[in-house]
Amino acid sequence: MIFYVIRRLLAAIPTLLAVLTLVFVIVRIVPGDPAVAILGDRATPDAVAAMQHRLGLDKPVWAQYLDFMGHSLRGDFGTSMVTGRPILQDVGAVLPHTMDLTIASMLVGTLLGVPAGVVAALHRNRWIDVTARMLSLVGLSFPVFVSGVFMLLAFALHWRLFPVIGNANLDDPIDRLDKLVLPALTLGITMAAYITRVTRSSMLQVLGEDYMRTARAKGVPWRRVVWRHGLRNAGLPVVTVVGLYVGILIGNSVLTEIVFNRPGLGKIIVGALNQRDYTMLQGLMTIYCFLIVVVNLVTDLTYGLIDPRVKQA
Amino acid sequence: MRRFVKRMMANPTTSIGVVLCALIVLAAVLAPYISPFDPLDQNIIDKLKPPSTTYWLGTDAYGRDVLSRVLWGARISLVVSVASIGAALLVGGAIGMVSGYVGGRVDLFIMQVMDVLLSFPSLILGLIVVALLGPELVNLIFAISLTAVAPFARIARAPVLSLKERAFVEAGRALGFSHIRVLFVHILPNILSEVLVMASLWMATAVRTEASLSFIGLGVKPPIATWGGMMRDGFDAILDAPWLSIFPGIAILMLVLGLNMVGDGLRDATDPKLSGS
Repeated sequence: MIFYVIRRLLAAIPTLLAVLTLVFVIVRIVPGDPAVAILGDRATPDAVAAMQHRLGLDKPVWAQYLDFMGHSLRGDFGTSMVTGRPILQDVGAVLPHTMDLTIASMLVGTLLGVPAGVVAALHRNRWIDVTARMLSLVGLSFPVFVSGVFMLLAFALHWRLFPVIGNANLDDPIDRLDKLVLPALTLGITMAAYITRVTRSSMLQVLGEDYMRTARAKGVPWRRVVWRHGLRNAGLPVVTVVGLYVGILIGNSVLTEIVFNRPGLGKIIVGALNQRDYTMLQGLMTIYCFLIVVVNLVTDLTYGLIDPRVKQA
Repeated sequence: MRRFVKRMMANPTTSIGVVLCALIVLAAVLAPYISPFDPLDQNIIDKLKPPSTTYWLGTDAYGRDVLSRVLWGARISLVVSVASIGAALLVGGAIGMVSGYVGGRVDLFIMQVMDVLLSFPSLILGLIVVALLGPELVNLIFAISLTAVAPFARIARAPVLSLKERAFVEAGRALGFSHIRVLFVHILPNILSEVLVMASLWMATAVRTEASLSFIGLGVKPPIATWGGMMRDGFDAILDAPWLSIFPGIAILMLVLGLNMVGDGLRDATDPKLSGS
């Protein structure tokens, strides 16, 4: 197991380096000089030169590249051009809100999606399966900002069950939960739709396997065969897919945060876009990519943990 | 082919999907003839009017007719999704096919690059590309196609790996056909159905991405009517005029759902084994 972990860790390094390189390239191909963008068109050449020096833009490109890679790998994602604060500090301040939302929506997605997928697979082509498939297709088709606005209209404005403003007081658990329900449902339902589909098709494959028949033949109750033997094997692709979903989840959480006016990474990134805060964008993109590479790694490791055969491959 | 269409339409999901998409396409094509008002015409006296017999879907904060704007908005959604997925299909498909056909180190390198592209969260990538290049229609199409190139490369590559070992490829080469001819005349038809199924599902994603970017404020510039942009206007007036966000929201949902249904139906029809999976 240890060797497997080390091998996976080593394999993630080139990907991470390549991703960081791409971030660097994307930010560099921006038309216009960031120094001019910060100071405005009427800045004196001296001021522009000073700003270029401060941002390290007067160095040759390869030196900038090495600087960027070195800093990123040491966990230094730079400082915001607008506020002058370290990017990690701004990100850290909203992190609890983002974590709340991510974890809660993953819970909603799994708790709704996995049972729905299993039940649908067990009743293939019957009404319950058709309904589950239809609902998951509708769920997948809702852009989250549309479902978010609809949720807001229904549950916050029409029935007044939940608050509209989402800036939760972190020290007050009731308030924190109250303001989490609608955003977490919005994100979670989309995710549940996705998980239902994957669980269903994965379960359908497993149901036809020999070991399922064997377990049943030796007298294990059908319920237990399905949930223990079946789900355990069907769970593997589900884990992978949930891991791959993280990229979509990031985009969706940005939209959810905007709709429910929650503090979070999404609001920071939109603010940075509006203010043309290039260093902030570069830092955020780096953090997101780190996150995705790490999640992919964890997914791979979980895979190895659930299925011992993977380790040998 | 006729059997294929028949099999596809026998599935009620697909027929509903086709109808939904057809409605939106009709709305887009006929917008200039069936819109009751000019989508850009402001009429301040009639601002924020709820749905009525004059304004079927109400009016917005500038007194513009919501129905006319929803009809015209279909054009942007369709143009952006068709163009961006078309581009991603051509570029990504070609990259994937050539990469799989050539194989070896070239293949390894290209696929590594595609993997890197896949590690970017697609909405964030689109957001940044549009923000940096400016909110123009062309940039929007470029940004969305960029997020879809890698998946198309992957889906086109996988079958080529096994197809290139098959006898008909060898036969083609033995007859003196060039690699290009073998690849595009003999291998391409075999992978086309899979790639087209992907395209319809990705069209749905493209519609969603375009609407999301417009909602954030990075879509085609106002006053041009886009569904995402209308949702944004509606969101600003959510307390006074819920119809402003409800109707464009339903329009987006109709198109995305329709495309997803067609995609599912296409997949089932091309691969009966997977039926309903």
